[in-house]
Amino acid sequence: MPHDHDHDHTEPPSDIALKVKALESLLIEKGLVDSAALDEIIETYEHKVGPRNGAHVVAKAWTDSDFKQSLLENPTEAVAALGYSGRQGEHLQIVENTSSQHNLVVCTLCSCYPWTVLGLPPAWYKSAPYRSRAVSEPRSVLNEFGTDLPSEVSIRVWDSTSEMRYLVLPMQPEGTEDWTEEQLQQLVTRNSMIGVELAKSPSDLDSNNQGTD
Amino acid sequence: MQGGHDLGGKQGLGPINPEDEAVEPVFHAEWERRVFALTLATGMLGKWNIDQSRFARERQHPIDYLKNSYYENWYEGIVKLLVEKGLISESELLSGVAEQAASGDLRVPNQEDAKKILTSGGPSEMSLENAPKFNVGEQVKVQRNFTYGHSRAPSYVQGCIGEIEIHHGGHVFPDANAKGKLVGEHLYAVRFSRNELWGPSTNKDEVLIDLWEPYLESAN
Repeated sequence: MPHDHDHDHTEPPSDIALKVKALESLLIEKGLVDSAALDEIIETYEHKVGPRNGAHVVAKAWTDSDFKQSLLENPTEAVAALGYSGRQGEHLQIVENTSSQHNLVVCTLCSCYPWTVLGLPPAWYKSAPYRSRAVSEPRSVLNEFGTDLPSEVSIRVWDSTSEMRYLVLPMQPEGTEDWTEEQLQQLVTRNSMIGVELAKSPSDLDSNNQGTD
Repeated sequence: MQGGHDLGGKQGLGPINPEDEAVEPVFHAEWERRVFALTLATGMLGKWNIDQSRFARERQHPIDYLKNSYYENWYEGIVKLLVEKGLISESELLSGVAEQAASGDLRVPNQEDAKKILTSGGPSEMSLENAPKFNVGEQVKVQRNFTYGHSRAPSYVQGCIGEIEIHHGGHVFPDANAKGKLVGEHLYAVRFSRNELWGPSTNKDEVLIDLWEPYLESAN
């Protein structure tokens, strides 16, 4: 996929890199931030909290109908029971895809996103093109992700303006009825829980394993 | 305010060009990592709230806001707040050298505090005395609101009619919170048809957006 986010780390530090470095040393010198606290924050969102949490939630909902019901009725509590709670996930809503309705999540005003289940948002989610177009031309946005929905499937775009955080519950792919929760987790991508893609199908997984994707 | 951040429905901003999920890193440069952590850590000083933090990033010339990368806007935001709250001065920012100690009753979170704050979060739900003005299924119109303050009613829904889909209960009202006033208001998910927002269309696509009661009036 084409992208323009390549950064060569051997380049000299950019202006912004120098400015941030100066700000950090100033704040440390003034005792306004604690180095170990900064490291803790980075470690949490770079390595601990991420979309595998959401994949766990989705795969459990696919295999456990009681859990799915409580997830739809009391999302924040049901997700917390799996051990995922905290900042930017205080008030969760689950929006379920069906054969007639597809859900897509955006934040047109900033970058609201369910951190507890998906981690930090990808760069494209925070970009002006996605934020501007998701509400006005969702179908062309989905096409850019290679997702082509039949015209009879209607789209609901959720613009997260409040502290409610939306997680898409994708449809379980066909042919996976007897799969275990652990197996199913591999089909649940981050993008499928934002709604720009569908969950992977078993054949996608095969081609991935063969390294052809 | 209808600044550079109010992007819903704007045109000409180009393709999305998403990176492949399997290889996209959480941060694309070391300074992004640092500015992210500095933003969260200074936020934990309790000198400003999330809406003041958003408003600080929005209060920029739209050209700057759109030209900046995401984390460059975060940098602009915290610098503004740190200076406005008197925690650092403009000249300290320029020299990079501390000129005077930070004053007042500051409690700087250590590693354990940070961990606790991240895990517990900060719920925005508030119990309200007054009953909700609107019922699920009711038609509402989003009022025009030409404010220079912080607001979470995007310009693309203002003046449009939608239907109450969900009543989320009482939540902190961002417009007041950005001014440092903690007020709760009823919050609703409001559903708009494609036709209502963007003109005649052949499909049944919809947009749902969370809006606080003061943004809405009855359209029955």
